[in-house]
Amino acid sequence: MTTANKEVNELIKREYEHGFVTDIEVDTFEPGLNEDVITRLSEIKKEPQFMLEWRLKAYRRWLEMEEPDWAHLGYERIDYNDISYYSAPKRKEDMPQSLDEVDPELLRTYERLGIPLHEHAKLAGVAVDAVFDSVSVATTFKEPLAKAGVIFCSISEAVRDYPELVQKYLGTVVPHTDNFFAGLNAAVFSDGTFVYVPKGVRCPMELSTYFRINAANTGQFERTLIIADEGSYVSYLEGCTAPMRDENQLHAAVVELIALDDAEIKYSTVQNWYPGDENGKGGIYNFVTKRAACIGKNSKVSWTQVETGSAITWKYPSCILRGEGSVGEFYSVALTHNYQQADTGTKMIHLGKNTTSTIISKGISAGKSSNVYRGLVKFGPRAEGARNFTECDSLLIGDQCGAHTFPYIESLNKSAIVEHEATTSKVSDEQMFLCRQRGIDMERAVSMIVNGFCKDVFKELPMEFAVEAGKLLEVSLEGSVG
Amino acid sequence: MLSIKNLHASVEGKEILKGINLEIKAGEVHAIMGPNGSGKSTLAQVLAGNDAFEVTSGSVTMHGEDLLEKATEERARDGVFLAFQYPVEIPGVSNLQFMRTSVNAMRHHRGESEMNAAEFMKMAREISKQVDLDPAFLKRGVNEGFSGGEKKRNEIMQALMLQPKLAILDETDSGLDIDALKVVSDGVNALRAEDRAILMVTHYQRLLDHIVPDFVHVLAEGKIVKSGGRELALELEERGYAWLGIKDDETAASSAN
Repeated sequence: MTTANKEVNELIKREYEHGFVTDIEVDTFEPGLNEDVITRLSEIKKEPQFMLEWRLKAYRRWLEMEEPDWAHLGYERIDYNDISYYSAPKRKEDMPQSLDEVDPELLRTYERLGIPLHEHAKLAGVAVDAVFDSVSVATTFKEPLAKAGVIFCSISEAVRDYPELVQKYLGTVVPHTDNFFAGLNAAVFSDGTFVYVPKGVRCPMELSTYFRINAANTGQFERTLIIADEGSYVSYLEGCTAPMRDENQLHAAVVELIALDDAEIKYSTVQNWYPGDENGKGGIYNFVTKRAACIGKNSKVSWTQVETGSAITWKYPSCILRGEGSVGEFYSVALTHNYQQADTGTKMIHLGKNTTSTIISKGISAGKSSNVYRGLVKFGPRAEGARNFTECDSLLIGDQCGAHTFPYIESLNKSAIVEHEATTSKVSDEQMFLCRQRGIDMERAVSMIVNGFCKDVFKELPMEFAVEAGKLLEVSLEGSVG
Repeated sequence: MLSIKNLHASVEGKEILKGINLEIKAGEVHAIMGPNGSGKSTLAQVLAGNDAFEVTSGSVTMHGEDLLEKATEERARDGVFLAFQYPVEIPGVSNLQFMRTSVNAMRHHRGESEMNAAEFMKMAREISKQVDLDPAFLKRGVNEGFSGGEKKRNEIMQALMLQPKLAILDETDSGLDIDALKVVSDGVNALRAEDRAILMVTHYQRLLDHIVPDFVHVLAEGKIVKSGGRELALELEERGYAWLGIKDDETAASSAN
């Protein structure tokens, strides 16, 4: 290894900022999974009967499913009976409360994470749903949103208050039979966010959910459902953090997006789950199924993700482009360091005429990590005039990390057009020398070079979060050069 | 200001510099000439602190301080500037951001406050005109897709922004057409100042028609074999390196366009 790269590696030694534990009284299920656990979960949530039946059906099917092993990932098998499927801060009743009733310890936790929930300190122009372990603890700006007709609440509330909408759309994009982790999620999902934007409404503010795992030995299984009715627009962002623990913890989420005619959904993720320590001990196992159905004509879904956390990331936010002229976009920055493993990418399924998709993926590997882009671009027989553009770039820091690209292209339509570009590069000694010769220290130089590499993706993030993402990358790269 | 004594340096175990001695005073312009492989660029890289080269013996002091024990960025902040022969690209990082980070790193070192974006932009626009670079270049990635000449002008622009104490120019004339050479030379001449030294490394004497040096040194096989004034370069042009018993792949040191 060259001197500069050795130093680069020193610099990437990260310090995880959000590793603290909140000391709070909780109600937690004993570890283990069976029909009783699911029934109890459904009871606590006061769910209608249809929901319980839906969960049990998913559970029975899941028992017959196999955990996938096709990803470029190595980890010890998970014992699903060793995990607790519900943990929530104690409260008088399991109904959404006003902020005054929320445990001050919880409010302090979110403040520490930079997400103040109080009326006076709330993030300007951003409504937040705060999910703590298995439950949503607070949702801000509900009233102004309601005035615009936008429903923004926890999925538990939605199941109770808007059962017709939930029943109509839940599981239509990601059915419980889709894959092992989606099946598990359907059986045990505990909370998450629900958004409905009515016809012709442009959501007046950014919506966001902040997911926090706190309890030990608990899995987080959130479920998010966003429906953009005809001609509507919504921009949604999720952030995630967890304490530093030696044990691995499972996070298996499902996100479903539905865009009707002329609707647009912009979905951004800044994922910073605890990645494990520098020896690869601990960290979150992040097995997530995210998919959008562009049902309507000229609908559009844009996924932007910045993935810096988790010991393992298994995640392929996808678009099913059914509506004529619908548009799918995927912009991704995935950074792995130490022993982190990421197998991430997207699927763009072109079914309708003149559908278009764009994929820009930037993978950054450092330390002894492994970073995989896996993507599928598929054109159905009726996808006349459809086209895709894909660009996959990998950046290596040091010489002990790996970057792999697995692009799959399937076309059943001769008129489809695919463009694919891929590059692999390194933070070179020459680049470092140039920066340092101009008085820029190594840490700053690496973060500048990496940020430059990610520029095409960062510019897709909502303004407030683009800065945040840049900073997060900087923190994640701390210690990568000396 | 700069004192190089018996400097030896190698790369990958191969000795390139075999005892360089050189004294440079503030206000002076020195030219180092020599055939390919003589060690000219190595000298420039070693002075700037490239880790790829190992200094095996000798000393370099600047303003009485040991330069060799300082890290690359510390040398830069103390005023050592290297205009690269082959400036590397940094995709996605705008030239403007790069230069502003650099200027502010220097200011921070001097205990001055950072320059804000507006102030910086004003300065950058003025200097870009001085080296005949369209201000649009400021928004492009560092050296990204620049032509050879544009890269060289970009280097001189950075020297003008940073106002170093010691400017080392590594083959700044190579690959330039006559017009670009004129622009670059004007830029370098604008750098000449009583408190600044300039060390130019060049294969050809034609650069010295535009930037007239106070001293010329001829480097061969890692050593300075002859030093003189401006006239030494002219004599070299006329008689070739062979005159000094030096082998040169290219027949003469005369300007070849």
